[in-house]
Amino acid sequence: MSTPIVSVRDVVKEFAIGHSGVLRAVGGVSFEIAAGETLGLVGESGSGKSTTGRMLVGLVPVTSGEVTLFGETITGAGGAAKLATVRHRMQFVFQDPNGSLDPRMRVQDAIAEPLDIKGGYTRKDRTDRVAELLDMVGLPRAAADRYPHEFSGGQRQRIGIARALALRPEFIVCDEPVSALDVSMQAQIVNLLLDLQEKFGLGYLFIAHDLAVVRSMSSRVGVMYAGTIVEIASRAALYAAPQHPYTQALLDVVPRPDPDRVRRPALAGEVPSMLNRPVGCPFQARCPRAEGRCREETPRLREIGRDHQAACHLI
Amino acid sequence: MSEAPLLSVRDLTVEFRTDAGWMTAIERVSLDLMARDALGIVGESGSGKSVTALSLLRLHAGATARMPSGEILYAGQDLLKAPERAMRRIRGGEIAMIFQDPMSSLNPVLSIADQISETLMLHQGLDRAAARRQAIASLDMVRIADAAHRVDAYPHQLSGGMRQRVMIAIAIACRPRILIADEPTTALDVTIQAQILDLLRELQSELGMSVILISHDLGVIAEFAQRVMVMYAGRVVEEAPARALYRRPMHPYTTGLLAAIPPLDHDVRRLPTIPGSIPDPFRRIPGCRFSPRCAEVEAGCREAAPELVSVGEGHLARCPPRKARLGGAA
Repeated sequence: MSTPIVSVRDVVKEFAIGHSGVLRAVGGVSFEIAAGETLGLVGESGSGKSTTGRMLVGLVPVTSGEVTLFGETITGAGGAAKLATVRHRMQFVFQDPNGSLDPRMRVQDAIAEPLDIKGGYTRKDRTDRVAELLDMVGLPRAAADRYPHEFSGGQRQRIGIARALALRPEFIVCDEPVSALDVSMQAQIVNLLLDLQEKFGLGYLFIAHDLAVVRSMSSRVGVMYAGTIVEIASRAALYAAPQHPYTQALLDVVPRPDPDRVRRPALAGEVPSMLNRPVGCPFQARCPRAEGRCREETPRLREIGRDHQAACHLI
Repeated sequence: MSEAPLLSVRDLTVEFRTDAGWMTAIERVSLDLMARDALGIVGESGSGKSVTALSLLRLHAGATARMPSGEILYAGQDLLKAPERAMRRIRGGEIAMIFQDPMSSLNPVLSIADQISETLMLHQGLDRAAARRQAIASLDMVRIADAAHRVDAYPHQLSGGMRQRVMIAIAIACRPRILIADEPTTALDVTIQAQILDLLRELQSELGMSVILISHDLGVIAEFAQRVMVMYAGRVVEEAPARALYRRPMHPYTTGLLAAIPPLDHDVRRLPTIPGSIPDPFRRIPGCRFSPRCAEVEAGCREAAPELVSVGEGHLARCPPRKARLGGAA
């Protein structure tokens, strides 16, 4: 892997709950993302994948650990100043295009808002750039004068992407960008994100709960469970030979459009409470293979193959 | 089909009152539900799948909805003409329904015991103590451990998966003959979704119910349904036994939708897509409603609205041109 543009080391996020409780949303996550690469981050609710994405771009402060973007460490002393120097090089695309677009703002103003904040664009530059961005995301130029409510969910997500591209970022965090969309719209947006990556050499952190969508987007994939990465590998290794019992179970329960598929009974139990974390492996209570050691010692993420790491005592 | 259907919908049209006049939500939808059937209805936003389900129990608000045509035949009567009293007996008693979001269907200030008992006292005339015993039995049936204690919990004390189990417990408390499940797993995580689908399958065979499962997800439908109906822009575009539908889809929309699902078992460079957007319900599309997005469109498609035609054993599709191209292979 070439020099990473994003590097995350042992990042932890804790939220105070009430007077004495501490909710550990993310419990020590590490990974790197190279220029032009997509790391897919997959997990169920409460796995910590969104919080991780937000810490990565400085939207949520870390409790401990280190985040380095384009060589600048944005956490710890002097982090805020460093963040300001790299902020324009990265962007965020949200799940819900309705919630992230101001309904009273014309499409051209929503798309050009990052330009206006940065400043230094003439009226003509601004109009030209908006037209260019609309072309890039496959919207008609006439869309510029309209309002978000006049568009479908898929088109609104295109507007959100155009806005994210306005300042020519090198890295984008996409947090569930297609999960609110219908299947026929989902495929269009996935293809658009892939095309833009090819064209501009963008790096993505692609956060999603859908393992199939993640497969079509990512070069590497991390699987999160209860605030930790339990397995991270190249796409080929993760889908062909998943090693962690949770990854295996997760792949097995994805409904497939095949009425003849024989499925094993669903994984029992639910995600553990983040308030009272069990000692040992976070997955032990649901793991069909858990044994004594899993209840005593927390497994660390370790190398189990080429570009393949997993946190499990039994591998 | 020698046996008579349990529920039969004929040419049902539903319109809603809007500021811009009456809008057609579903048009001439027909379906037959047999005893112990597992019927899947699949479609994207605006396809009319939920409107169809709500219509079966006449759950649309009277002043803003009308049904200019159609009948819903159940147990020898047309539910569209049945008095409200009779509908109240049928709803929850003989035909029950569960929804996507259990939190907004459950009453936050009543215990689980009260909410299950309510149906039992209303439909079966049980007293409070008997209803409570029956409520605990229902929680057992949906595999909620320690039901005798959990029955006194309130909705906010339960996880999303548990709340959906409670909704199912309420729905099956009176042993309905038909269960309508509208996107019952959409708000749930995949591992919990799989648990709920397993549960629905088990309950269907234990109780001998017919189930209508509505979903936007062709994967979820494949896991459950024996027969599948595909809806697009308010109309049924294809109906077939599950295997035939997934192996040999006969409507270009079904074909496109199946192709657009990202595969889990192999890599693709780009996903095949259906061009364009889901149509605005206020825009009248002449001819076939899918024609503006269809890869196989012919001149005639934009003129006359196509009928559903038989393309195989129990297999209907609203695309006569494709049938003709395949040389009437069916």
